[in-house]
Amino acid sequence: MQRHLALMLYIAICGLIVFLVKAEWINAYIQIVIMFIGINIMLTTSLNLVNGYMGEFSCGHAGFMAVGAYATSILNIWFFTNGNLFGDALLSPSLSVILFPATLLIGGLCAALAGLLVAIPSFKTRGDYLAIITLAVNYIIKSAIENIQVIGGARGFMGMRKVVNAMSETFPLPWLMIWILVFTGLTVVVLHRFVSSTLGKGVVAVRDDEIAAEIMSVNTQRMKLIAFMVSSGLAGIAGGLFAHVLGYINPGSFTIMKSTEIMVMVYLGGMGSLGGSVMSAILFTVLMEFLRPLQVFKWVLIPLLLIVLMMFRPEGIMGHRELTDVFPKLRRLFPAREA
Amino acid sequence: MDIQSFFQNLINAMQWGSFYALIALGYTLVYGVLLLINFAHGDIFMVGAYIGFFVATFLLGSYAFHLPMVLPPHVVFMLTLLITMILTAGVGVTLERVAYRPLRRKGAGRLYIVITALMAGLILENGNLALLGASRRAFPDLIEKAVYTVGGVTFTNVKIIVILAALGVFLLLETIVRKTKIGMAMRAISYDRVAVPLMGIPIDTVIVFTFILGSSMAALAGVLFVSAYPVLEPYMGAMIGWKAFIAAVVGGIGEIRGAFVGGFVLGFIEIFVAAVFPSTFRDLIAFGILLLFLSLKPTGIFGVARAQKI
Repeated sequence: MQRHLALMLYIAICGLIVFLVKAEWINAYIQIVIMFIGINIMLTTSLNLVNGYMGEFSCGHAGFMAVGAYATSILNIWFFTNGNLFGDALLSPSLSVILFPATLLIGGLCAALAGLLVAIPSFKTRGDYLAIITLAVNYIIKSAIENIQVIGGARGFMGMRKVVNAMSETFPLPWLMIWILVFTGLTVVVLHRFVSSTLGKGVVAVRDDEIAAEIMSVNTQRMKLIAFMVSSGLAGIAGGLFAHVLGYINPGSFTIMKSTEIMVMVYLGGMGSLGGSVMSAILFTVLMEFLRPLQVFKWVLIPLLLIVLMMFRPEGIMGHRELTDVFPKLRRLFPAREA
Repeated sequence: MDIQSFFQNLINAMQWGSFYALIALGYTLVYGVLLLINFAHGDIFMVGAYIGFFVATFLLGSYAFHLPMVLPPHVVFMLTLLITMILTAGVGVTLERVAYRPLRRKGAGRLYIVITALMAGLILENGNLALLGASRRAFPDLIEKAVYTVGGVTFTNVKIIVILAALGVFLLLETIVRKTKIGMAMRAISYDRVAVPLMGIPIDTVIVFTFILGSSMAALAGVLFVSAYPVLEPYMGAMIGWKAFIAAVVGGIGEIRGAFVGGFVLGFIEIFVAAVFPSTFRDLIAFGILLLFLSLKPTGIFGVARAQKI
């Protein structure tokens, strides 16, 4: 009972949110903000694995998001909706409730395969050269999608609304909210287990001193491969959820600007700190909403905020520490596992 | 592709590559001296274009407050170039003073300075958008367009000016870096940053000089770009900046010859890919080729791999 205190707390919070949505006590705007918070948490923590724990400079995260978004959306539209693009639904729309996580995971898998494009060059290059490769991969993915006219190309791809409606018609719950909360929790749990395992220690070893790690029998190639694929896979899942929140995706929303947004959240929270990433994703999304009346000045204020942060507290809000390092009493929620 | 369209594309590629080369030179100078990727450089190019626009329209007398005399257009062009280069160099130096120097003093890691550069670029772009609005502006016609046709290949005098400017800048920079004392100081800093101030060389002065050089080259590229393609918009620097950065890396970042050659290589790849394949594939294939090239030779054409001491 004690072991799962944190998990039960999280389930309680999710249950509360779902209840509030079902009872219609929070309006659609706040629902969307909560959904974007969830998606941003997934994106930030997955990028933190590569940028923070492994110490690379990857500025192409939005590309993997795009791959996941398109893969999930195409699969869902193909299987569950009647449209003029793919014809009739292959499976019954009511099955979408059960198979939605399956298509999301397949989208994540496709994004993980796209992560190979970055992982393999990273074996030989580091630092600034890898930054360019990630930039180029982001741009290549965006360009490739723009050239596939079957799925709309630069015009975009829509129809995800029908899938979400089909899910609600089968069983009257706010399914998208539920799936976002579930996958956010899963992402954080997966990444936490990853970084506390020997894989995580290997990844941190690669950051600290790659040559020494290689000498000490850490298989650096395997570490980089796994880290990049896990990171891009989780970004792909976030992309799939992002596509279904908006109901419409086009390659223009997955450019370097989006990658920069995610990087801002990672460096705001602190590299190498999962708790910091979660906090900064929540903070950043809420801040963006508060600053919305400022319109364009919002995008002057936010980089300014980060520059000031870099001058006075470059390690971010949490630095390299976790939440339990700052508030030791919270250790009660995460009791130690047996060896 | 027949020989005539080949030469036509060649001229276009040389002009397009000249823009990339001029901006890539700025990236390479700053990287060589500070080991910093100045991501704000593409936006300094944009700022240079906008300053050029305002200076040109002021000198042409478009505002209520104007000069008492009427200047002929080519004089306006020369003056615009000069004044824009000086003012944009000022912007570059201000950026260095305000954003990069405090972090350098503190001894912050390179990553934090790179993030600051990225954010400074965003501020320049969105600040421009916020202050001046989203409507595009048209650069006034300053150079009388003369079209020459040689053997079926047509080119305008603007193209020739751009290519000659890039060559001239390259020769100038090579002379400065190899033959002058301050160029020697710049090369010395790229070898060993700690020993240089110990030898009595004012490191801050050299860094400011580097930024002045890089920013004025970007301003030159900006004014020439809007003379050739007279539309200004706040995000024009972003994409060109990223591509010029990739060009600098392909050529070998830290080497002036590398930036120059890399700019032209990228220009050639883009123009010839657009000539052979459908034009929507241009960016895809160009970046694909670059990715392949960097995977095979990560340090670029002229780059020298920095040996890592264990």
